Amino acid sequence: MPDTSPGEPLLNISIFGAFVVLTLFITFRASRNNKSAADYYAAGRSFTGTQNGTAIAGDYLSAASFLGIAGAIAVYGYDGFLYSIGFLVAWLVALLLVAELLRNTGRFTMADVLSFRMRQGPVRMAAATSTLVVSIFYLLAQMAGAGGLVSLLLGVEGALAEAAVVFVVGALMIAYVLIGGMRGTTWVQIVKATLLIAGAIVMTVLVLAKFNFNLSSLLGAGAQAGSELEPGAQYGLSGTTKLDFISLSFALVLGTAGLPHVLMRFYTVPTSKDARKSVVWAIWLIGGFYLLSLVLGYGAGALVGPEAILAAPGGINSAAPLLAFELGGTILLGVISAVAFATILAVVAGLTITASASFAHDIYATVLKKGARTETSERDEVRVARITAVVIGAIGIVLGILALRAGLNIAFLVALAFAIAASANLPTILYTLFWKNFTTQGAVLSIYGGLVICVGLIIFSPVVSGADTSIFPNVDFAWFPLRNPGIVSIPAAFLLGYLGSVMSKEKPNEAKYAEFEVRSLTGAGAEAAIKH
Amino acid sequence: MTQLTRREISQQDYERVQSSAEFGELRKRFRAFAFPMTVVFIVWYLLYVLMSAYAVDFMSTKVLGNINIGLIFGLLQFVSTFLITALYVRHSNRNTDPIADKLREELEDGASSDRLEKGAHNA
Repeated sequence: MPDTSPGEPLLNISIFGAFVVLTLFITFRASRNNKSAADYYAAGRSFTGTQNGTAIAGDYLSAASFLGIAGAIAVYGYDGFLYSIGFLVAWLVALLLVAELLRNTGRFTMADVLSFRMRQGPVRMAAATSTLVVSIFYLLAQMAGAGGLVSLLLGVEGALAEAAVVFVVGALMIAYVLIGGMRGTTWVQIVKATLLIAGAIVMTVLVLAKFNFNLSSLLGAGAQAGSELEPGAQYGLSGTTKLDFISLSFALVLGTAGLPHVLMRFYTVPTSKDARKSVVWAIWLIGGFYLLSLVLGYGAGALVGPEAILAAPGGINSAAPLLAFELGGTILLGVISAVAFATILAVVAGLTITASASFAHDIYATVLKKGARTETSERDEVRVARITAVVIGAIGIVLGILALRAGLNIAFLVALAFAIAASANLPTILYTLFWKNFTTQGAVLSIYGGLVICVGLIIFSPVVSGADTSIFPNVDFAWFPLRNPGIVSIPAAFLLGYLGSVMSKEKPNEAKYAEFEVRSLTGAGAEAAIKH
Repeated sequence: MTQLTRREISQQDYERVQSSAEFGELRKRFRAFAFPMTVVFIVWYLLYVLMSAYAVDFMSTKVLGNINIGLIFGLLQFVSTFLITALYVRHSNRNTDPIADKLREELEDGASSDRLEKGAHNA
């Protein structure tokens, strides 16, 4: 077994460097066409469904999926597998209810759709706020993952060196977004998704080869090492942990269709049919990848062992890289680590462009500038988006450095981002799309209510205080027993949206609803692709 | 650029289409698939989640070597997701896309209300 840092840091850095050079080159080439706001935010709506579907898979198969799920299966066995199922089934909500209708009615952001038939100011402000919160939470999770990898791969230890690496990741992410806009970011996602899936396939074949391609004996070996085959290793301890698990499952399955950086991807294709094709393609890729993760997780359990994984720097998130080392020595470790780094880099770039677009397009252009749309105002808006990208990048760097200290499982942190998305965004999205009598007051109440309840319950949960694994283990202000608040906050947000609407003095805007409904189902008047 | 040649669709156009029989049929067909199917996959998923939490013994029953019911149930969630995806694509291609395309073309080409009503009768 490797002692502290397996592999050759120099090799790891050069493989990673090659990826950076390649993607920066692509980003530069893609940037030549970035002229208008539709270019910067939505890549001119010129990607095909297959390309966008691959990019969605790239966005979605974040460090949480690759490192977190493999690690959770290796350490907790079956309970880790449950994560991946929630993450996958969730796509059906996006496919059946959200993707196409959203593409038909919006331009750049989630708030475009939510404010369509409401009073613009308050709804845009609310939607942009929750977009920022969800994106920053997600960013935090990715940065924590980067930190975990750093200590494992580069052999750097100590706060300063780790902080330096997070800084480099953050700076690169800002570069991708500033230079390439959505077009560049999308290409980075496509390259990264391809590398990630290829890497996972190679590792899966190598793992299965060690067990004569017999799944049962792989599972048996995993179980013998301690990766449980029965449910309950992580969540079956008590009534509370079981309830926690149900809560987590709710958040996972309802969160995806409320993630702003996923929703924004639907604007990069020319029509709603391409949006549908994107999701279908993404479902196949993501589902396939999770099946590989099952093998990788139990493989890491069997070949590396849960204790060794937990003892390694980076803890539970280091299962996949350690497995790569076990299977293919330093070279495979270098490749897989570079892929994992690339994953983090690409996902944070996607998050940054989403958050900055929402600030510039929703808050700056519409709420502050009252939305007079001219060519100058669009240029101005893109300029603000670029500045915001730098600010968000800086916030990401600072939070990432702080997150290094916490040492939580990335998949778990991402699950909290899902809970916020499912609480603050999904109820309003569904009401907007399907309920005629939904009003501005209902939307604002549901978004802010869902956001405050969800974040509030996290603050007063054992995640933050009162337990050994908390962010602040030495104080205890945790009165909410569950680590994932979804089971309370999601129904509460649905209820608030309903009550806010029926108790609203304002009549729903019937004419606007007619336009919205016809556009959403037929695609008439939808934003078209830009031809250069 | 296609954007510039396109006619502005008026508010009256939208309201007329929304109250047309053809659009009513489109809405019905869309919802008739999406809503029940959403209930189906959510219930199916919750059943899996609840059994993983509260029926551990049953889920741990070994079926084939070390492969137990829980694992098979989990893999069936993958199968059902892929299947529902395929069914939805088929449903859209056959049942909703033709109506949606027709209505969109009529709106964007500036169809007269006569043509639209005729279309509605044919549906």
